[in-house]
Amino acid sequence: MAVSEIGKDKLLHMYRKMGEIRVFEETAADLFMKGRLPGFLHSSVGQEASSVGACAALRPEDYMTSTHRGHGDIIAKGATLDRMMAELFAKETGYCKGKGGSMHIADLDLGILGATGIVGAGLPYAVGAALGFKMKGTDQVVLSFFGDGGSNTGAFHEALNLAAVWDLPVIFLCHNNQYAETTPQRVHQKIKDVAVRAQAHGIPGVTVDGMDVLAVYETTKAAVERAKKGEGPTLIESKTYRFMGHFVGDPGVGIYRTREEVEEWRKRDPIPNFRKVLIEAGVATEAELNQIDQDVAKEMEEAIRFAEASPEPELEEALQDIFVES
Amino acid sequence: MREITYREAVREALREEMRRDPSVFLLGEDIAEFGGSYKVTQGLLDEFGPERVRNTPISEAAIVGAALGAALVGMRPVAEIMYVDFMAIAMDQIVNQMAKIRYMFGGKAKAPAVIRTQGGTGRSSAAQHAQSLEAWFVHVPGLKVVQPSTPYDAKGLMKASIRDDNPVIFLEHKLLYAEKGLVPEEEYVIPLGKADIKRPGKDVTVVATSRMVLKALNAAKDLEQEGIDVEIIDPRTLTPLDEDTILESVKKTGKLVVVHEAVRRCGIGAEIAATVAEKAFDYLDAPVKRVTALDTPMPFNPKLEAFVTPDEDKIKRAIRELVG
Ligand SMILES: Cc1ncc(C[n+]2csc(CCOP(=O)(O)OP(=O)(O)O)c2C)c(N)n1
Ligand SMILES: [Mg+2]
Repeated sequence: MAVSEIGKDKLLHMYRKMGEIRVFEETAADLFMKGRLPGFLHSSVGQEASSVGACAALRPEDYMTSTHRGHGDIIAKGATLDRMMAELFAKETGYCKGKGGSMHIADLDLGILGATGIVGAGLPYAVGAALGFKMKGTDQVVLSFFGDGGSNTGAFHEALNLAAVWDLPVIFLCHNNQYAETTPQRVHQKIKDVAVRAQAHGIPGVTVDGMDVLAVYETTKAAVERAKKGEGPTLIESKTYRFMGHFVGDPGVGIYRTREEVEEWRKRDPIPNFRKVLIEAGVATEAELNQIDQDVAKEMEEAIRFAEASPEPELEEALQDIFVES
Repeated sequence: MREITYREAVREALREEMRRDPSVFLLGEDIAEFGGSYKVTQGLLDEFGPERVRNTPISEAAIVGAALGAALVGMRPVAEIMYVDFMAIAMDQIVNQMAKIRYMFGGKAKAPAVIRTQGGTGRSSAAQHAQSLEAWFVHVPGLKVVQPSTPYDAKGLMKASIRDDNPVIFLEHKLLYAEKGLVPEEEYVIPLGKADIKRPGKDVTVVATSRMVLKALNAAKDLEQEGIDVEIIDPRTLTPLDEDTILESVKKTGKLVVVHEAVRRCGIGAEIAATVAEKAFDYLDAPVKRVTALDTPMPFNPKLEAFVTPDEDKIKRAIRELVG
């Protein structure tokens, strides 16, 4: 898709979102290593184009589900850094009142049906949301993010098949970052392209360069159009890479990946690449993009201040929200 | 006697049984080069190779199914499910297949598989990575359920579990892995179904499981200063449950507190309390008390997590209420 067709606002929005994700993930990792965040974190640094390209093809009223590595997907769908960071700090002002944490961020008002810590678990309920929209007669679509490892679950296959036979408006988007924890793709599946699994379910499967935000955007947009027209689901495989370890604290090189491999992928860092595209196409100047970078840095600082200043939830909060109180 | 960690104790049991019996093998996610999420199987790949230490895809139903099928044809698999929470995905293979196959087939088959996993709170892992789900498995006839609290027990019970001809659910605790304890170098096996009195006492019986045994021991030490003499029983296996040891203790003390990290409703505490009510009612001087997690999913916030989870203070309070 030509850059000119997308429009400057949208392009700069994508650039900004990618920057937000990068800064958020790096800041969170830093805070975690300093012992300031409880629990554990999975960083999506390197996968920004995959998250942002996909969510940029959604409208605010469309929904998405995400995974344990969900910060990027969720920021891409519209979550703000302050309430994200407050959740990581387990504060009352976080998206889940400090009760969900890194792996469970959700905001239904933003179409974020939640991240899940159970690999593969988001796909079936994304299918259900798509069923709901179809039955209600809206043209909303649902996009479900998952990983290469997640494509080996029964839930993945059952979800694809059901969505296929019912022609549901859902897009299955695989961040194929080549690893499931420490297991390389070649060890956990025989296929090279997760997209071929679409064939088994009679739906289109597309592989796209997940380091190229515009390619992911264009591919997802086509799938969204298809879904909106009632033509059913699409499986998109976005080939990407996580630059950090499986979890923050995992060195990410050594036992299962070489430093050289990581360095090779880092050369394809989606953010500087997109920056170059924008400048070369005359969409934005260096100065404009620098300004965005500065705005993002400021937003991050404010988010930390917000999170730090926010109160912890009351203890009684532990017993709230189990059931709807009538 | 030397001291080793709970993690090392489980690993030693696996290693010794693998050396002893070539039909024993391991399968699970990231258990080979990486040694498992909690490093229990670290180093076993080097000794036994990839045929016997098998990395699997993220496919819990297939992991348990593969263990079950291999067991049915004469192997002795030990499958690792990374978190007990993920057992939910394998529940059909566990509940409808593994537990019942022998019975449904009229006693024709046996399934000597061990499914190891770990649960428990204390690391802000939130609602999907910190549950204690032992009661689910206890509720299913056909499964043995083991929940060791010390390195010594973990090793001896793992060896017995592997040698047992029945399916065994072996529940470790994420915060026990680094705990040290005395473990002899000589071979020993702890039979399934035998409780252990972790501390003899005369005033009150505390039945505690898994990490709560450690908490109960700490509480008992404090209460000793107050002149309360607590007897602590660790059932170690929940199925079969050593009712005799529990009943004998209650007959002596007349008071029972059950402590577990799982939520209260339909937890193992309910089973133990009901058993005591049925079989030793006349000996009870006071109502049975349960110290358990509150009936809520586990919150992420560390203070809320602590609020929900049983600890020494909550155990002491319950005991004082009974004895005071
Ligand atoms: C059902 C289930 N099994 C295992 C895990 C443990 N686990 C967490 S992330 C992960 C790897 C997931 O790989 P992939 O789907 O490729 O996502 P990535 O981590 O690469 O983003 C595993 C095995 C889990 N959370 N849920
Ligand atoms: Mg992956």
